Amino acid sequence: MSLSRREFIGIGGGAIAGITLAPGLRLVELARARSPEEAATQMQRWGLLIDIGRCQDCDVCVTACRTENGWYGHNRPATDPQWIRKVTLKDNQTGYVESLPVLCQHCEEPPCVDVCPTGASFKRADGIVLVDKHICIGCRYCMMACPYKARSFVHEDTINQKSYAPRGKGTVESCTLCVHRVDAGKIPACVEACTKDGNQAMVFGDLKDPNSGINKHLAAGPSTPLRPDLNLNTGVRYRGV
Amino acid sequence: MAHAHYRNLEGRSLGFYAVLGLLGAITFAGLGAALYMEHHGHWVTGMSNQIVWGTPHVFAVFLIVAASGALNVASIASVFGRQLYKPLSRLSGLLALTLLAGGLAVLVLDLGRPDRLIVAMTYYNFKSIFAWNILLYTGFFAIVAVYLWMMMERRMNDYSKPAGMFAFLWRLTLTTGTGSIFGFLVARDAYDTAVMAPMFIVMSFAYGLAIYLVVLIASMRWSGRELGDVVFGRLRNLLGVFVAAVLYFVTVYHLTNLYITQRHGIEGFILLNGGAYTKMFWLGQVLIGGAVPLVILFSRLGQSRALVVLASMLVVLGGLAQMYVTIIGGQAYPMPLMPGKEVVASSFFDGMVASYSPSLPEVVLGVGGIGLALVMATFAMKVLPFLPQSLSDADADPHYKAA
Amino acid sequence: MQKIRLMVFGALAVAAAGWLAAAPVLAAETASAKSAIGPVIKTYKGDKCVEPTEEMRRNHMKKILHQRDETMHKGIRTRKYSLKNCIDCHADPKTNSVLGENGFCESCHEYAAVSIDCFTCHSSSPEKNGQPPKAASTDPAGLMEKTISSAVMGTTNGNQP
Ligand code: SF4
Ligand code: SF4
Repeated sequence: MSLSRREFIGIGGGAIAGITLAPGLRLVELARARSPEEAATQMQRWGLLIDIGRCQDCDVCVTACRTENGWYGHNRPATDPQWIRKVTLKDNQTGYVESLPVLCQHCEEPPCVDVCPTGASFKRADGIVLVDKHICIGCRYCMMACPYKARSFVHEDTINQKSYAPRGKGTVESCTLCVHRVDAGKIPACVEACTKDGNQAMVFGDLKDPNSGINKHLAAGPSTPLRPDLNLNTGVRYRGV
Repeated sequence: MAHAHYRNLEGRSLGFYAVLGLLGAITFAGLGAALYMEHHGHWVTGMSNQIVWGTPHVFAVFLIVAASGALNVASIASVFGRQLYKPLSRLSGLLALTLLAGGLAVLVLDLGRPDRLIVAMTYYNFKSIFAWNILLYTGFFAIVAVYLWMMMERRMNDYSKPAGMFAFLWRLTLTTGTGSIFGFLVARDAYDTAVMAPMFIVMSFAYGLAIYLVVLIASMRWSGRELGDVVFGRLRNLLGVFVAAVLYFVTVYHLTNLYITQRHGIEGFILLNGGAYTKMFWLGQVLIGGAVPLVILFSRLGQSRALVVLASMLVVLGGLAQMYVTIIGGQAYPMPLMPGKEVVASSFFDGMVASYSPSLPEVVLGVGGIGLALVMATFAMKVLPFLPQSLSDADADPHYKAA
Repeated sequence: MQKIRLMVFGALAVAAAGWLAAAPVLAAETASAKSAIGPVIKTYKGDKCVEPTEEMRRNHMKKILHQRDETMHKGIRTRKYSLKNCIDCHADPKTNSVLGENGFCESCHEYAAVSIDCFTCHSSSPEKNGQPPKAASTDPAGLMEKTISSAVMGTTNGNQP
């Protein structure tokens, strides 16, 4: 059977890719890649720590995300999608200015999921919040509910989508934490880009693994979610906001 | 009063067809606008990633709220046992159905994927207040339809009272549900308040009755039927009370928000420095939708039917303004990313008042919803006896004595 | 002569009736006979589909739907019944797509008047635009999705069935 052979090689190749190949691109070694037939489980919760002190005045993370996931705009800023963006904040008291990337925070209690009428917005077992575009009706209630403006509505026809990041007019989309890469045992494109660029402002990893790099970083210094007043226990945390 | 007599609209005059044609044209224009929006995608509208709900939602929510309010007249008769309102009940039920249909049509046609309506009906997330609303709306159709049937079928008349009671409770839930759509948005300062739901109920009383009055006066007059001063006066006074109650709730809502320091930003935005939204609030919602109608309804001006119709229409306009301020103003005001920090730069309009101007297709779609509601009501009045033969003083109130 | 003609006619009539009754399914057979009418059923890679042709004709949508939910919600990314797999084998190398007048998906769906909702979001082309898939061993980056999509596949072009 040509198929099973094909599949076998696919799996083998993937496992090898996850473990041995592409070294040096990874800030945190993931324990191992799940094999394709294995479902994501609650044993893991993927998270991101963004160190604003290291975050430069650049946007390689944004560019990397756009290239990876193919969310090109039409030069219409109000309706063009943005899965991740750079925001500059100023302290009202001290005038201190800082720059940080904002993306879907992969909340543990996601308001977008609570309000979605069809269940299209959902949280995967491993904490990644996604939109199932197959059942999204485009009501935009999730966009009303998200405190971080993390979501975009696809306002026009799409072409040349990536096979692993389908997107289409009339549905809502947002950062997937590069779920297709994570499933393959790799880190999100933004983290990879930031790391490669030498800034190393982002750490990705498993929040449930006590020995993961991200947990060591989190234990070593202060961090906070955006809008801590909302108590959403976000998967993305910031240091030095 | 023994038995009210009902009769279909003749529906053969040129005037009838003119009305039907006009309303039909408005409806079709709305449909065309929706097709245009779906074909090109939402970027051709004024809506964006900042203002995700726009003018269609203003009309849709208004119509849905008004629909539950239109049922009130029937509820007064069946639940509170006021005989005077009995002959008014059928029209009340009818308008409740058609207004809801109009509102839902607008809501659905504005979806990113209206073709997936079936998905909305088959996949439910029971945590979502939106999903509950879908059930509430569907149930409302069924219950009001049954209620109407019990009112119209003599053998079932006995059951109309419990049915009316049930419909009344259902409609209270429905409006609470509609209000809660906004009340559940914790992230947005304008919405996250418990006053939202009761405020929506009171608003529904006013909007529903305003539309009811216009339709009643117009259809009685155009079909050459008498509408006596007793019924007219009661409905007029009732509308006045409802409009005053809306103003009261709006005051409470803003006072509550002013009490909470965190909300001073949004309050200042709506009440003082929000540009179009501030104008829309004071001129549209308070003056046109509240103060002017109150003056007309409670003064000698209220003797004039024409002026009362005008007042009702002003209430409708004020209601639309109120929805605009609530829905669009509430989104335009920026959300903070971090308490105590201000956004000074962003490629995604963080920290800025989002700009929005309604586009033509959006407005046409919204007005189309009103057209759909009215064309359905007009047509239904022709095929079934919804309208009482007479609402003259003698018919309405046997104890009435000409002064 | 007359008899033969009648027989041919009768056979044709029966065939036509059957063809009408099960148009979407049987239409495929007709098409393979290079008829001008009907969908274009062609595969360009591999010698066999993941399931027997009959099964795929009737139930491909069920399999894709099931796989869709598995992948979307659970992260199960087996390749066998994935849309990606369909596209990789069935895309026309000339147009690099399963859509278009002679496209594998579109021609049949058009013919059967069943709308496809996949390609409003999914790309209709195989992963590597325009380039033939490489063998796994030559994949230098070792990136998994690349590894999968370029895993060894038969390269014989063939018409099916
Ligand atoms: S950041 Fe927004 S979109 Fe992401 S999980 Fe939280 S509420 Fe949902
Ligand atoms: S737009 Fe889609 S994902 Fe968002 S709430 Fe509506 S159905 Fe759910």
